Amino acid sequence: MADAIAVRGLVVDRGGRRVLHGIDATVPRGSVTGLLGPSGSGKTTLLRAVVGVQVIAAGTVTVLGAPAGSPPLRHRVGYLTQAPSVYADLTVRENARYFATLHGRDRAEADRAVADVGLASAAGQLVGTLSGGQRSRASLACALVGEPELIVLDEPTVGQDPVLRADLWARFHALAATGTTLLVSSHVMDEAARCDRLLLIRDGRLIADDTPAAVRAAAGVDDLDEAFLRLIRAAEPDPSGEAR
Amino acid sequence: MNPRILAATVGRILRQLRHDRRTVALLVAVPTVLLTLVYYMYADQPAPPGQPSTFDRIALVMLGFFPFIIMFLVTSIAMLRERTTGTLERLLTTPLAKTDLLFGYGIAFGLAGAVQAGIASAVAYWVFGLQTAGSSALVIMIAALNAVLAVALGLLCSAFARTEFQAVQFMPVVVAPQLLLCGLFVPRDEMAGWLQAISDVLPLSYAVEALQEVGTHAEPTGTMWRDVAIVAAAAVLALVLAAATLRRRSG
Repeated sequence: MADAIAVRGLVVDRGGRRVLHGIDATVPRGSVTGLLGPSGSGKTTLLRAVVGVQVIAAGTVTVLGAPAGSPPLRHRVGYLTQAPSVYADLTVRENARYFATLHGRDRAEADRAVADVGLASAAGQLVGTLSGGQRSRASLACALVGEPELIVLDEPTVGQDPVLRADLWARFHALAATGTTLLVSSHVMDEAARCDRLLLIRDGRLIADDTPAAVRAAAGVDDLDEAFLRLIRAAEPDPSGEAR
Repeated sequence: MNPRILAATVGRILRQLRHDRRTVALLVAVPTVLLTLVYYMYADQPAPPGQPSTFDRIALVMLGFFPFIIMFLVTSIAMLRERTTGTLERLLTTPLAKTDLLFGYGIAFGLAGAVQAGIASAVAYWVFGLQTAGSSALVIMIAALNAVLAVALGLLCSAFARTEFQAVQFMPVVVAPQLLLCGLFVPRDEMAGWLQAISDVLPLSYAVEALQEVGTHAEPTGTMWRDVAIVAAAAVLALVLAAATLRRRSG
């Protein structure tokens, strides 16, 4: 089957600085792919290019067989921005229902998305009065509500307690089992182990595109955090010497 | 545009407004308070012979100003909030068309402006005895149209603002010259030629002229309908320009 996302030679400049230096990567359909890398490495920029809101300098991004951001894809792709992008002066339910309507879904589906992120009891609360973790789950509900074929999530589990994080990851895998493709960014290495595949990015360059097991094997260590460090050192013999 | 998405967007914006009780209270109360000030300012001023009283002349034009000033500010900030909170970026990845969003704001805040104008007009006519030769319904219609124009200008200007500080600065830039040159302070035909020329290209001048027509003519005049059409066209033009400056992709 064709890949859900194919990125070829992607170059992006932001604010006069090169942020992505020619990324080549693919994301298979029906999988959970983790996009891992330190803060400032270009994760959000890559995700923005995938959902088609990023101006790109060179390269192509093909999503579900169409150019990223093309109108037919807007029904098929769900996007969670890094900062919770929901209306603080609406309730959780009103937010979910609005985004459901944009995707042609009904109220029942909006309410189900709210329940799926564990906010059923807070559905009538204004988003502005929620805790940070609840607020980002409200935002997540709005990304899941249209049952998109591709879900792009920028750090969805930040600020969530361990139990909720485990629940959310279980939910991501349940979605993948039904054929949905998920691309999930994180800078927490212990989440990498939960992914089917990993894209490791540093300073705008891809340094690994493999399964967690293969990344461990390539680095020769069991711990993914340590494996990531070794891959960085292997890619850049003198990391301190490189101009930023 | 998609009617279902447009309707949902109008509903969403009005729901946001409804949850913000203090803003609703300010929208309703401020015009009444200001009209009260104007009423007592001119209470002892004699009316020029054969002309409407000073209060009638000024209050009528002010009924058009309130929705214009307030909806411009409200819209600039609301649209900037969409940008800074990331909701705009997310909306642009959904099936929502740019015109759904912009006309959604135009309709929602246009309705809010109409309600505001309705309440302010009720106070002006019933409490302060405002007299106009023409119908109060026309006054409210023109005031509501001013609200739509202000929303459209606010949406367009918010494209050029990156922060709230910048957005608020557009108010003196866009609103103040239109207030000064609209003909309330100095009749337009008594201004210097170059001021008249500027006044001629500012849409609020036509809204004020339309209100003055209602003030002095029992039946709607051709001039009034022409002015209404100009204001409506300016609003649509500003909305189209706002759509053209709204980019799905950004750096």
